[in-house]
Amino acid sequence: MLGTGLLKGLGVTAKNFVGSYHDPERYTTIEYPEVKPKLPEAYRNFPFLVTENAMDPMGTLRCVACQICEKECPPQCIYIEKSKDKKPDASGKMQIYPAIFDIDTSVCMSCQICVEVCPFDAIKMDQVFEIATTDRYDALLLRREQLAKPNSYYQSIHPTEAAEVDGRLAADRKAAEEKAKAAAAAKAAAAKAAAAAPAAEAPKTPPPAA
Amino acid sequence: MSANDFSPLAPQAGSHVREVHDPLHGELLEVSMGPHHPSTHGVFRMIVTLDGERVMKLKPVFGYLHRNHEKIAENTTYLGSMPYTDRLDYLCSMTNNWAYAIAVEKLSGQPVPERAEYVRVILAEITRLLNHTCLAGFLMQDCGCSGTPLMYAFREREKILDLFESLSGSRMMCNYQRFGGCRVDPSADWLDGARKLTDNYGRFLDEFETLLTGNEIIMARTQGVGALSPELAINAGVTGPMLRATGVNYDLRKVDAYGVYSRFDFRVPLGAHGDVYDRYMIRVLEMRESIKILQQALATIPAGPIMDPKAKLRGFRPKAGEAYGRIEGPKGEIGFYLVSDGSPNPYRYRVRPPSFVNLTVLEDMCLGQTIADAVIILGSVDIVLGEVDR
Repeated sequence: MLGTGLLKGLGVTAKNFVGSYHDPERYTTIEYPEVKPKLPEAYRNFPFLVTENAMDPMGTLRCVACQICEKECPPQCIYIEKSKDKKPDASGKMQIYPAIFDIDTSVCMSCQICVEVCPFDAIKMDQVFEIATTDRYDALLLRREQLAKPNSYYQSIHPTEAAEVDGRLAADRKAAEEKAKAAAAAKAAAAKAAAAAPAAEAPKTPPPAA
Repeated sequence: MSANDFSPLAPQAGSHVREVHDPLHGELLEVSMGPHHPSTHGVFRMIVTLDGERVMKLKPVFGYLHRNHEKIAENTTYLGSMPYTDRLDYLCSMTNNWAYAIAVEKLSGQPVPERAEYVRVILAEITRLLNHTCLAGFLMQDCGCSGTPLMYAFREREKILDLFESLSGSRMMCNYQRFGGCRVDPSADWLDGARKLTDNYGRFLDEFETLLTGNEIIMARTQGVGALSPELAINAGVTGPMLRATGVNYDLRKVDAYGVYSRFDFRVPLGAHGDVYDRYMIRVLEMRESIKILQQALATIPAGPIMDPKAKLRGFRPKAGEAYGRIEGPKGEIGFYLVSDGSPNPYRYRVRPPSFVNLTVLEDMCLGQTIADAVIILGSVDIVLGEVDR
């Protein structure tokens, strides 16, 4: 009969209209500025730089200004200048640091390729999205002071990923320390052996095995 | 009337409507529809010559969204082009990523682990659901069903985008596939979410079809409008649902059987008339087949690595050579043609965009139809201007 399709369709709209008052499947909007959306952990927006110590963000940047992200960034929104001097990093090793680290967020497309290519886990994706501004130029060009955020912040926005990164870094640091210790021990043993060698001619006690 | 009359570069004195004298048809009216017309799906412009309400001539004008995609890709690394492929067709970023990844994998001989192949199929089929749902909504909007079907479609789209966001970090610009696998391993929770979506989607489609498929107004409005003959479709290189609506059995998932598609049991729906209604129906039927594929893939997804351990992210330099990678995207055959000279950047990078090629038959479908039909014919082609103009 002509019109049955229409009537059935009207039934569907009626079901949706009524459902939009009580059924969460059909009422899916939220009152945004008052109610914030719950972001998934993987959500990414512009990058930020990880610092070890929130008290001294510029002194403890993980970034060593290797400029890999600058080269790999598809829209080329990163600008880095290396420092002339070196500073000790978290593990005490002397490293170059970025004297200038700028990200132009008006160009950045949040693709996270910088994060993927960074060998030092120094740059990570942020979850800030309310950055609307009336200034097109300066307010959207983020300097290293604005980009630097502590590791605890990273742990709060990407807990799973951060735990994995921290574990890896701690293992690396431990391995480096053990290597340094082993190297120092070997050096000391070698020095001892060298010192013991002339004395070894006369006494009966053999030198300890290194 | 000279050819110059239709040139987009010819001075037209700011007029959107003007009279054209044609010795054969008498006084005709030339209307410039777009580039900011709401029915043109972005910045697309049609210069239509009308005899009363009938379309006598239609010239598509595009390029307003040209972003130099191919040249940019020739000046960045292979990896650097991956996020740009998201922006070709913002509805189907996952399939664009996959097509590009396939092209580069062919070029470099990079193997892909099995789990990644399954994840790719799952994401591609979810993308098909997303694209076809949106298309049906937009098509109905073009027909004049203001709002309701489109909002229902967007409500479902939002659920899919939430899935994409929790996996890749971004709703539309996923940037998820990599050469030799995928970027993130989907968690068990994510796969459960995909299963839930798949199970519920059939119910939504039933409801959507109750609303639209049997609706007498829609049938009267779309049946017999914008018919495309299979011969013309083949000659013009039309692919995807547009081609299958004319009755030609050509689906790259069956023809090429790329990825792991040969392991899944699904059918290729075919149309009979090639009109707007068939194009709408084909998409609904394809979504049903996609649900079938998703159920099989989600039930049999193997464990294992998601990335090939030998895959290189940085300093990627394929040997000199060329490769063409293509997949059946939701809109048709999306392909990437790459020529490598052994450097980190492709020497030549070319996109074969399905909506651009499908658009070439627009005039043939619109001739003799009314101007209101031209709008729904364009809507049924399923174009995204980011891909047409690149």
